[in-house]
Amino acid sequence: MTSPLLEIRNLHLSMTSFEGSAHVLAGIDLTVNRREIWGLVGETGCGKSLTGLSVSRLVPSPPAQYLDGAICLDGTDVLALSDREMQALRGKRIGMIFQDPTTNLNPAFRIGTQLIDVALAAAVRDPAVLDLGPKAGRGERHRAARALAIRMLEEVGIPNAAARVDDYPHQFSGGMRQRVLIAMALIGRPNLLIADEPTTALDVSVQAQILKLLKQMVVDHDMGVVLITHNLGVVAQTCSHVAVMYAGTIVESGPVRAVLDRPTHPYTKALLDAIPARNVQRGALRGLPGSVPNLITPPPGCRFAQRCPLAQPSCTQKPPHKVAVEAGHMVACPVATQALENANA
Amino acid sequence: MIRFIVKRVVLIIPILIGLTVIMFVISRMLPGDPVGLAAGPNATAAEIAAYAREFGLDRPLWVQYWDYATGLLRGDFGVSIFTRREVAQDLATYLPATLELVFAALALAIVLGIPAGLLAAVYRNRWPDYLSSVSAIAAISMPRFFLGLLLQLFFAMWLMWLPLGGRFPIIWEPPTGITGFYTIDALLTGDFEGFAMACRHLALPAIAMSLSPLATIMRMMRASTLEVMQQDYVTTARALGLSQRLIIFKYVARNAISATLTVIGLYFGWMLGGTVLVETVFDWPGLGLYATQAIVAQDFMPVVSVAFVIGLLFVTANIVIDVLYGVINPKVRYE
Repeated sequence: MTSPLLEIRNLHLSMTSFEGSAHVLAGIDLTVNRREIWGLVGETGCGKSLTGLSVSRLVPSPPAQYLDGAICLDGTDVLALSDREMQALRGKRIGMIFQDPTTNLNPAFRIGTQLIDVALAAAVRDPAVLDLGPKAGRGERHRAARALAIRMLEEVGIPNAAARVDDYPHQFSGGMRQRVLIAMALIGRPNLLIADEPTTALDVSVQAQILKLLKQMVVDHDMGVVLITHNLGVVAQTCSHVAVMYAGTIVESGPVRAVLDRPTHPYTKALLDAIPARNVQRGALRGLPGSVPNLITPPPGCRFAQRCPLAQPSCTQKPPHKVAVEAGHMVACPVATQALENANA
Repeated sequence: MIRFIVKRVVLIIPILIGLTVIMFVISRMLPGDPVGLAAGPNATAAEIAAYAREFGLDRPLWVQYWDYATGLLRGDFGVSIFTRREVAQDLATYLPATLELVFAALALAIVLGIPAGLLAAVYRNRWPDYLSSVSAIAAISMPRFFLGLLLQLFFAMWLMWLPLGGRFPIIWEPPTGITGFYTIDALLTGDFEGFAMACRHLALPAIAMSLSPLATIMRMMRASTLEVMQQDYVTTARALGLSQRLIIFKYVARNAISATLTVIGLYFGWMLGGTVLVETVFDWPGLGLYATQAIVAQDFMPVVSVAFVIGLLFVTANIVIDVLYGVINPKVRYE
């Protein structure tokens, strides 16, 4: 069998700060195949963005230090690559979209210029991006890149793309700018797209359009996607799979319906409980008592144990194993999985 | 854009009226007796009065100002009561010399300062950054005239590579006046020997003038580059595979230059008004020397006119800078 598109294995990352070294990713496992959209959810600071940035090796090091594990893209460990080899993968094999479309386009350059430069950079690695032979001249490549930029803008739904390619970012609305950024991320024909909260800064109706566009692009370009978000609604609407993160660990993962319909880990349950429904009374919002542990001195054992309603003394002894409760549905909580087994027995 | 420029140009008028009124009044209210000074030590009271009448100085001040202001519109800058020469003629001689010096120094400061600042930011906390920081502090702290003397000592006295001072060899015929800039005039007339000679004379004073703005431009450029490098769009560019060189020299540089432009505009004015020390050390026949001599002699017409010309140039330079802002950053482009 061929290796999966993206396989993160037992990734451990520490960050050095003035107060000491924080163990911010503690054994992340994630496998993404083509045509899968993986939602990576969790609260602020749980390490979901760090996981996404690590795939492109965009976490500055120092302060970051990879302690263990591997991030394999089609079987190649990106953590072992040189900076030059890594740069060759960015834009070409891995596309990225970030949260705020108003700050992620350079205000001083036409969007066409920015798209063309990304396309040209990708074409250095793979001339096929521009449908040109390897011997094409400078002007020819530039014309092809411009034509491709216009095609990509049309594809992401920018009306009148041929004229708007010469506009500056401030001449577009927020939603349109995010479309431009998606076009820019996809112009080098990457197989893997990392989208770091791509809709958080947009209003809800635009958010739905962008997510629809993303889903369409996954099919059209045969890509795998890691969608980082803290919005479970977005996950339910868009993703095929989901991984729930807590304090640098994945506590539960699997097909989106399995995880959201039959949540097993107490943290996933608490997250789903915290979503206000229309029939919930005023003042009845449920939160989770306690706060995230300090990762400079992380608790031994399960990182959620302090806040967990099911916690047993054994939970603080050693990190929990992941157990499959059904096909592909992994849960890192021995207490909950044991209880489930007993109930089924 | 055109409307913006017209609006700014119209706004110059009140500024210049204010400037000339203030300069006119102050130069007359200073203690001392300029007319007596100009008429000579042995002049009698009657001779001094006659001298004053000859220049129209017996009339009320506002009449004299009106005379002067309407003269300015015709390009008449008045007459020096000391040398009896047309101030406009003097300006035509000295202004190009100073402008040539200032432009050369500013060009040097921009051409070296902007890349140096970019590199210092890219190599932050590594040796190129330390080297440039130390040189910048040294350049800013050293008085220009002292630096001028050091340059003369090294390059003119010891190494004998460059002339000690002056604008052109006295025994040579200077390039025929087209722009008044010897370097450009020599090039325009195809006189390459003259061009080389003009450059050799220009080199040391221009370096002495340029170091302080060079250091400031470099530090500004470093700071704004560091700020721009933190921006999200730089991360995006990196995440999409653009090379570090393209990101820095194309995308970051243009954003970082805007902040530095302001400093360049301010330095232009500062240099125009501050050439006198360098002109004195290098015996450069410019506006600074001319104005100083006029001030010492209480020769008010040149003083007011020099202030007027420097003010006009300064305001113009700032309009140019504002227009350049729009060119560099389309977001501030004027409707």
